[in-house]
Amino acid sequence: MSTPPTPKTPVKKSSNPIPNKERIKMPRQHMPEALPQVRNKQFTEVNLGYSAELARQEALRCIECAKPSCTKDCPVGVKVKEFVQLIVDGDFMGAAAKIREDNVLPAITGRVCPQEDHCEGACLLCNKGESLGIGYLERFVADYEQQHFDVTTIVKAPPTGKKVAIVGSGPSGLTAAGDLVQKGHQVHVFEALHEIGGVLVYGIPEFRLPKKIIREQVDIMRAMGVEFETDVVVGRTVTIDELMEEEGYDAVFVGTGAGLPQFMGIPGEHLNGVYSANEFLTRINLMHAYEFPKYDEPMVDFRGKNVAVIGGGNTALDAIRSSLRLGAGHAFILYRRSEAEMPARIEEVKHAKEEGVEFQVLAAPLEFLDDGKGWLRAARCQKMELGEPDSSGRRRPVPIVGSEYEIPLAVAIMAIGTTANPIIQTTTPGLATTKRGYIQADDTTQKTSRRGVFAGGDIVTGGATVILAMGAGRRAATSIHEYLTSGEW
Amino acid sequence: MFKILHAQFIAPGIKRFVIEAPRIAKKQRPGQFVIIRVNETGERIPLTIEKSDPAKGTVNIVVQSIGKTTNLLNSLETGDSILDMVGPLGKPSEIENFGTVVVIGGGVGTAMAYPTASAMKRIGNRVITIIGGRNKDLVLLESEMREVSDTVFVTTDDGSYADKGLVTDKLRQLIENGTRIDLVLAVGPIPMMRAVADMTRKERIKTMVSLNPIMIDGTGMCGGCRVLVEGKSEFACVDGPEFDAHRVDFSILVQRNAMYREAEKRSMEDYKHEVESKKTAAPAAEVACALEAKK
Repeated sequence: MSTPPTPKTPVKKSSNPIPNKERIKMPRQHMPEALPQVRNKQFTEVNLGYSAELARQEALRCIECAKPSCTKDCPVGVKVKEFVQLIVDGDFMGAAAKIREDNVLPAITGRVCPQEDHCEGACLLCNKGESLGIGYLERFVADYEQQHFDVTTIVKAPPTGKKVAIVGSGPSGLTAAGDLVQKGHQVHVFEALHEIGGVLVYGIPEFRLPKKIIREQVDIMRAMGVEFETDVVVGRTVTIDELMEEEGYDAVFVGTGAGLPQFMGIPGEHLNGVYSANEFLTRINLMHAYEFPKYDEPMVDFRGKNVAVIGGGNTALDAIRSSLRLGAGHAFILYRRSEAEMPARIEEVKHAKEEGVEFQVLAAPLEFLDDGKGWLRAARCQKMELGEPDSSGRRRPVPIVGSEYEIPLAVAIMAIGTTANPIIQTTTPGLATTKRGYIQADDTTQKTSRRGVFAGGDIVTGGATVILAMGAGRRAATSIHEYLTSGEW
Repeated sequence: MFKILHAQFIAPGIKRFVIEAPRIAKKQRPGQFVIIRVNETGERIPLTIEKSDPAKGTVNIVVQSIGKTTNLLNSLETGDSILDMVGPLGKPSEIENFGTVVVIGGGVGTAMAYPTASAMKRIGNRVITIIGGRNKDLVLLESEMREVSDTVFVTTDDGSYADKGLVTDKLRQLIENGTRIDLVLAVGPIPMMRAVADMTRKERIKTMVSLNPIMIDGTGMCGGCRVLVEGKSEFACVDGPEFDAHRVDFSILVQRNAMYREAEKRSMEDYKHEVESKKTAAPAAEVACALEAKK
């Protein structure tokens, strides 16, 4: 597979006046944040963003590696060194354009990407102290671009006359759509819900990723020529075969995301007050239940109550931090391994602790107990210790015999992962799936077993991160373009 | 936006809407449903599809005013629009030649049962339909059902029309008369479906019920509509809405449907208040307009 030609940028001499050995001594610029005791009562954004001055100060810390590992470790390959140099130069729009060459959703990744696992984890400054604040810088540039965006600057390739359907408007679908429209294809995005953004809208709370940011990023994509259609459940409202045979789509990208929420299968999971994280977060984020009765979607009264979230990922932390904001009296995470094994972003754990979330690690519920009227009263839990590593490489939690204890609870939210949603798989003949029911797709081309059909993101990998889904969307766009121009499968 | 081409009350508090939704009309099969959101601040609720016309691109829904959303919906008229409508959702009914099928519809449930009854008849089943309502006005789709059934029985709780009694009284009679029944489909209020299930369980008659739990996305993503089916969690939106009645835990269904009762009450009271204040404000506004005109 050939990679698309990337525009050659002449090697520019750095305008950073500070010698490298001084740069490594400079401290990382802190992200201005809302105060914990204020923000844990409201849904407004926690991180407030760098000022231009802070951004330039931080950008000056980049040591401009000859072979930047930050770019290598980025799933979409953002040219970090180059955009950071443009910040040093004060050319913020230039920096934004540089990011856009590889990432069509910078205001989103600048907020929710687990940078410590990618660019910032690979940053050489880590060896000397703290990594460059790449995520914070990306966010700064993206927000600056948003305020100064000019539709007339959009450059598009001449129309190819090819039509691509994107199924799902989450991070993988939006990325594929953005890349493909720039290559001159007609792109139409189908979304099952009433708002564009998929998990970005229903899953990630306002205090971490404001809806306004998503809408603005989507508006930029609309200006680029991407068409959006909500209220279409592909597989039910229209099938993939119908899209290709009757509606004239030359290729389809399936990015339908994580599927059905998992429950533990323990007694009492049907009690009122027990939620899946997906339902709880959808009520809060998509349906604005925290603004009831202004919005009609209701939510159980959390005020002063004990709330626990079961799980240790970003979803778990989003759910428990939202619970605090609904007025929970006592909010805690129940996680069966220790804090070191938690898959959540470091920043989220830090924020949650500052806001007053209690972490009960090495513990798991065995049963949810009834108040006699069908509502949750308490959870019977068991303590765990860590044993040998399991298939995930993390140490396996082993129950401690005789360690059962009871905690009073009014609400329990299950954030323990998802299983594949079968709607597309069962309505698309010949589409091969994995043993676990996800869609089979090639790791580099994202091609499925069906000619012209590509897939990527959580519907292929199972639950992962926004940036990994975006990486898949990007690879898919590259190979869809290749397929549409060559006609070869 | 989904345009309402025709809206008409067919009984007190029950309205039929003909909605322009070509994609849904083309794909709808008996037993499936839609989810609607009336406006920007609205909640998402599942609603039954009575029938659709693929050629005209229309879908009919029948809505009973119960809470705020259904009252708001039923205040809409021909020419208005519904902000969001998505579907068809859920698995279609299993349509086979079973032999004799008894279709039981209670209240607006009759609208959901109608397309299935019709398809069951077309494929060659003998269809016996029992429809019931609290009173004469709440017996729905009787003439439509007569067209697609071999026999139709009607019951009213208060005896204001046809036979006094419950739909289950009629079902019991059929069983006691020795009528051969191969399948029962019951759609309606939970107590009715539960009573049907209890009756047919003893007789070992295969029975399907169409469940209508609280739902949000309708694609399996949220899990809010989970029902307990023989001790296992199943999602009404993707595994249902029809389930084997003898395996469903109806008490959990009742309990979960009551989860937001307080909030629902509050929404309804706020809505009533809003409607009332509009009513009293309207004449004042008219007077103001008239005065403006005089100037």
